[in-house]
Amino acid sequence: MKYLVALTSGVLFGFGLSLSRMVDPEKVLGFLDIAGDWDPSLAFVMMGALTVAILSFRIIFQRSRPVLESGFHVSRRTQIDKPLLIGAAIFGIGWGLSGYCPGPAVAAIGLQTFEAVLMVMGIYSGFFAHKLLLKTASGEGHQRKKST
Amino acid sequence: MSSHARAYRRDSIILQFIGNNVQNFTPLTAFFGGALIGVSVTLLLWFNGRLAGVSGIMNGVFNSPRDEMIWRLLFLGGLIIGAFLFNRLHPGFVSLRQGYPWYLLLVGGFLVGFGTRMGGGCTSGHGICGIARFSQRSIVATLLFMSTGIATVFMVRHLLELGQ
Repeated sequence: MKYLVALTSGVLFGFGLSLSRMVDPEKVLGFLDIAGDWDPSLAFVMMGALTVAILSFRIIFQRSRPVLESGFHVSRRTQIDKPLLIGAAIFGIGWGLSGYCPGPAVAAIGLQTFEAVLMVMGIYSGFFAHKLLLKTASGEGHQRKKST
Repeated sequence: MSSHARAYRRDSIILQFIGNNVQNFTPLTAFFGGALIGVSVTLLLWFNGRLAGVSGIMNGVFNSPRDEMIWRLLFLGGLIIGAFLFNRLHPGFVSLRQGYPWYLLLVGGFLVGFGTRMGGGCTSGHGICGIARFSQRSIVATLLFMSTGIATVFMVRHLLELGQ
C-alpha cells in the first residue's frame, strides 16, 4: 500500500510537471530570465501547488501520525546556517545553467530526451562529491582530535 | 503630444507587452499543473508521512535500507511514467529543447546535486513542501536559489550569450 501511494504520488507529480510545462527547461529559464521575454508561469505553478499544500498540510499535521506509518519524517531544523545558504546559492547556479531542477530532470527521462539523462548523471555526481567532501571533512576533524 | 495620442501610445505599449508574452505565458495550465503537484505532495505526506522533496528522494535511493529504496524508486519511476503518459496523451504539448550545450547540463547537474545536498532541498522540498509548512529555512533557501538562478541566467544569456 505504501508503495502504491509512492507510485501514485510520483505519477501525479509527473503529470503536474507536464501540464504546467515545467518539464521543458526553456519554460523555467524563461522565468529566470527577467531581462529577456519574461515568462511568469513558474510563479503560477508555485501558487497552484502552495494553494493545495498549505491547506492540506494544515489538516494533515493535526493528525498524530500519517495513515500508513508510525510518524512523520519531517526535518525539525530551524537554524538558518551556512550550509543552507551556500547550498541553496550553488543549487540556483546549477538550475540557471541547465534549466532543470531535480523533479523535471527525472520526469524528462519519460520524454526520451538525452538531456535528462545527462542532467541526472550530473546530479548524482554532485551528490557523490558532496558525500566525499563530508567524509574527508569528518576525517580531518577526527585527525585533529587525535593530534590534540 | 495630445491626450489622445498619449493614450494610443500607452495602449500600444500594453498590447506589445501582452503580445510578446502571450505565447510564452501560460497561467492556467501552470496553476492547475501546480495544483496537481500539490495533490501529489499531499498524498505522500498524508499516507506515508514523507515530504516529497525530489532531490532527497533521489539521494536516498542509493544509501537506504531495502524498503526505503523501493518506495523511492517507485516515486521516481512514477515521475517518469507520469511525464511519459502525459506526452502520449497530448503529444506536442510540451516542447523538447534540442542542441543545448552538453557541458552546461553536466556542470549544471553537478551543481544542482551538490547544492541540494548541502542546502538540504530543491524546488520541491524547500520551494513547495517547506514553504507550505512555513519553514523559515525553506523560505530563505527558495529566495536564495531563485536569486542566484536569475543572476546565472542573466550571465549565460545576456553576457556570455550561450545556449541560445
